[in-house]
Amino acid sequence: MNVVLPFFAVLALILAGYVGVKVLDLKFLFGVLLPYAAIAVFIGGFVYRIVRWAKSPVPFRIPTTCGQQKSLDWIESDRLDNPHDTKGVIARMALEILFFRSLFRNTKTEIKDGPKVVYGPNLWLWAAALAFHYSFLTIFVRHLRFFTEPVPMLVGLLNEADGFFQVGVPPVMVTSLVILGALGFLLLRRLFTPQIRYISLAADYFPLFLIIGIAGTGVLLRHFVRTDIVGVKELAMGLVSFKPAIPQGVHWLFYVHLLLVTTLIAYFPWSKLMHMGGVFLSPTRNLANNNRMVRHVNPWNGPVKVHTYEEYEDDFREKMKAAGLPVDKE
Amino acid sequence: MAEGPKFDQIAYYTHDDLLKFDYRPPATGWMDIPANLRPGTWIYPGKPKHLEYLDLPNPRAWSPADEDWKLPENWKEIVSNGIRERLDKYRSFRVFMDICVRCGACADKCHFYIGGGDPKNMPVLRAELLRSVYRNDFTTAGKTLGRLAGGRPLTVGVIKEWFHYFFQCTECRRCSVFCPYGIDTAEITMMGRELLGLLGIYVNWIIEPAANCFRTGNHLGIQPHGLKDTLSFFADDIEEATGVRIDVPMNKKGAEILFVTPSGDFLADPGIYTCMGYLILFHELGLNYTWSTYASEGGNFGLFTSHEMIKRLNAKIYAEAKRLNVKWVLGGECGHMWRVLHQYMDTMNGPADHLQVPVSPITGTRFEHARSTKMIHIMEFTADLIKHGKLKLDPSRNDRLRVTFHDSCNTARAMGILEEPRYVLKNVCNSFFDMPENTIREKTFCCGGGAGLGTDENMEMRLRGGLPRGNAVQYVHERHGVNRLAAMCAIDRATLSTVCEYWAPKVKVMGIHELVANALVMKGEKKRELNLRLQPVDETEE
Repeated sequence: MNVVLPFFAVLALILAGYVGVKVLDLKFLFGVLLPYAAIAVFIGGFVYRIVRWAKSPVPFRIPTTCGQQKSLDWIESDRLDNPHDTKGVIARMALEILFFRSLFRNTKTEIKDGPKVVYGPNLWLWAAALAFHYSFLTIFVRHLRFFTEPVPMLVGLLNEADGFFQVGVPPVMVTSLVILGALGFLLLRRLFTPQIRYISLAADYFPLFLIIGIAGTGVLLRHFVRTDIVGVKELAMGLVSFKPAIPQGVHWLFYVHLLLVTTLIAYFPWSKLMHMGGVFLSPTRNLANNNRMVRHVNPWNGPVKVHTYEEYEDDFREKMKAAGLPVDKE
Repeated sequence: MAEGPKFDQIAYYTHDDLLKFDYRPPATGWMDIPANLRPGTWIYPGKPKHLEYLDLPNPRAWSPADEDWKLPENWKEIVSNGIRERLDKYRSFRVFMDICVRCGACADKCHFYIGGGDPKNMPVLRAELLRSVYRNDFTTAGKTLGRLAGGRPLTVGVIKEWFHYFFQCTECRRCSVFCPYGIDTAEITMMGRELLGLLGIYVNWIIEPAANCFRTGNHLGIQPHGLKDTLSFFADDIEEATGVRIDVPMNKKGAEILFVTPSGDFLADPGIYTCMGYLILFHELGLNYTWSTYASEGGNFGLFTSHEMIKRLNAKIYAEAKRLNVKWVLGGECGHMWRVLHQYMDTMNGPADHLQVPVSPITGTRFEHARSTKMIHIMEFTADLIKHGKLKLDPSRNDRLRVTFHDSCNTARAMGILEEPRYVLKNVCNSFFDMPENTIREKTFCCGGGAGLGTDENMEMRLRGGLPRGNAVQYVHERHGVNRLAAMCAIDRATLSTVCEYWAPKVKVMGIHELVANALVMKGEKKRELNLRLQPVDETEE
């Protein structure tokens, strides 16, 4: 169920795009209205989620320390994995967000006869995750050529760099292959590693199928269907300049591609994809381990019932006196 | 006919039986598998008198083995409100409920999963136990799509499952090291246990010490005169071993330093030798310090109960420091105690403006890193002494020991005190060997009995959870002839003794200050023929 339903959901989206544009000719709906609505949902939803997280306070400073603390002068502290100041925290977060530092630590645990528990390196997940995220980013940026006129130099350069192998006309983009490979790995891993399969929800498969659909239709559009790029750019420019117009001659598959992207954008804030925003707010990573140097304030810190020394001495005074322990009240 | 061993004894479990599992999960989905509360995997419930003493809800006699757990009538509403309140009070909880992508990196990082293969001990699934209810009741997707969105309704079965698995997590935070978003299962487990607590579901091994601590000042319930006797006995043993009579200053007003250590060091072998180690060191330094009977507990079983209970129990330390008018506080060898002192105390019960920034009276070192809490770890204190050449040490007195070091979870992953203990160890003994890289420092493995799980009726889980640690100890035993495991944690000293007996039977456990005191050359000492255990110094270990 968890696998099949999301798969058919994405198929249904593809079908909807085909029927909607090819049969019902709802180009304005699919090309203009839905994308606008999705962007609105995305912005509203993203802000809502971040605000909601941020509204809950951080009562305690609870970094997970992964290296030597800062203590005595002659012991070198680990400023990256156990930062004690803001500079260190920024570096730690940068490593985490740009290079998936924690995932890089991943190991695989096995029990051999003996028993012997052995730990081997396991960097496939890290590599695939990195490959996926960076190719997605690259693809996102190079799509900006459709939304800008003139195209910024950086976007142009990225397009050239991505196609530097010069295979085919138009050239095959490296990231097209990398993203499909990485997504394929992530999907197969989820399907065929028993533990991962066991913990996976429909909400884990759906974005995978959806993004595979987006990348797949993208490759088809570039290399096989060869839709009218000028028309696509016209549509995109119309959208960003708020003068939407539906060009003629754009292939229906493009609308399918767009519908899948639209779905992804609208779905994003309500899904696990929000880890993109959440990772910045994770209190085990974004706080300095300076607990004993600087007091952390809990906004809802209130009084609690304690057993005071006076009450304690009342409970035990005679015994304390008999044992020769000093007391405050005779 | 002699009776066979029982489920709360290690002889009941053979290695073969325990290892009869593999990591492949069952065919049935986890939501459809009810908790299997078999003996050896759960802890006796909190006795009503302790709950009453602490003003906790729903005190009653009950057993997890019963069908009816005697929950309050509106239990569902209580839990639901409890979740909402915590989502609003803790960003950690709200964010961790939302951002997991189930990548599985944490799956095989948990010692209970490694040693048992139960999929619900994968940290991700442990969190999903709670997340599924959160989704169902607090998110739009869950409310509309239910199970398809990973949601499930809150039922009594879910409560029982929470009880089983939130007391099969030692809050060791190893999984949070590997999580790409830093999701900390300790945080999830703490929330889960708080929610159970709202229904009066506590385990006695935690709540009795908490009640004791509230009343007598320490988990063991040692009353003031009893503590004085205990420490005097230690002084007698020290005199027998060293020929030196030491003082035990107690509740002394105007002392420079208040010393606080886990009460485990007052009672059980081998913790008591660590305690003697402190006494010897302080005597030799001529330290102007005091013990307190009121703040006679550094540990804090509140950490395993609720944030409120942490604060209630921890309040004594600063209060007593103020009453005794000391300048700063020194803390002994303990794990979770140091998580509380380092990450919670100042926030909860500070600011300690009545204290001063700790300065070592011997070396003059100003411990700037503790300038706000005014409390330092004894390993920082001792490492500084050794570095400045203030201790006369004869490490050859520990030559019969080949030592490895167990990083305690909390001091490693909630503090990062990794080098200080190693520096001290290398100066007080000649043979030190670290365990394999994946099992030490920030990747260290729990003893299997932390966070209030170290009781005998939980023996099966303790042995399973102890497998990765025990196995790494056995590895250095086979490779380097290691026969001692040093640990700076009172729970470790107790639970690792069991773990080693089972998984690495030739290795015994000890605290670091026991080694320090054995090596310490004291003024006026007699020829040291006996160590603190009153065993001959030159006899080789078996």
